[in-house]
Amino acid sequence: QMTEEKEAPIVLGTTVEEPLDLIRLSLDERVYVKMRNDREIRGRLHAFDQHLNMVLAQAEETVTRVEMDEESFEQVYRQTKRSIPMVFVRGDCVILVSPPMRGS
Amino acid sequence: LQFPSPPNYARDMLFFSFFKTLVGKEVVVELKNDLSICGTLHSVDQYLNMKLLDISVSDQERFPHMLSVKNCFIRGSVVRYVHLPAEHVDTQLLQDATRKEIAANKK
Repeated sequence: QMTEEKEAPIVLGTTVEEPLDLIRLSLDERVYVKMRNDREIRGRLHAFDQHLNMVLAQAEETVTRVEMDEESFEQVYRQTKRSIPMVFVRGDCVILVSPPMRGS
Repeated sequence: LQFPSPPNYARDMLFFSFFKTLVGKEVVVELKNDLSICGTLHSVDQYLNMKLLDISVSDQERFPHMLSVKNCFIRGSVVRYVHLPAEHVDTQLLQDATRKEIAANKK
């Protein structure tokens, strides 16, 4: 055999075999979700499925837009934030899910 | 020819079952085209298509298309978010159901 199969690592008492198992570790924890159309959401993860449909609580959505200053012609990045107490997110918008970054 | 045997625990049903518990409650469905529709959830199916009753549109100036519409059917694939009434969501139940769903869908 060219390669040997490693045994699945055990993290916090459960085996982590697939990427979805990594997300399962974040249940009831805050997560960071990067989405399409320059959107991001941070919130407490309460549910997800293999499509990455999710339910998040105490969520904050950040939308990043690029505006062009008419006089100076420089590009300005503007962020709009929104708080949503409880939200279902459809999985086909999701790019990645991770623990929140330091400082957030 | 062999037909696949039915699963002990139905796959893909987590959010279908979840939305069924919200039938009769008021939700806001935000579509991918930025239109937000507030209404009472009448029904949902396995694709998370939804039917809302007595709808009102968030930005009526920008989206006058629905001024005369009372009820609507929304294709699941056009949904971005559904804003949920937090008081009607059992988060512990959701977490337990998620763990079962992930285990049931393991390859």
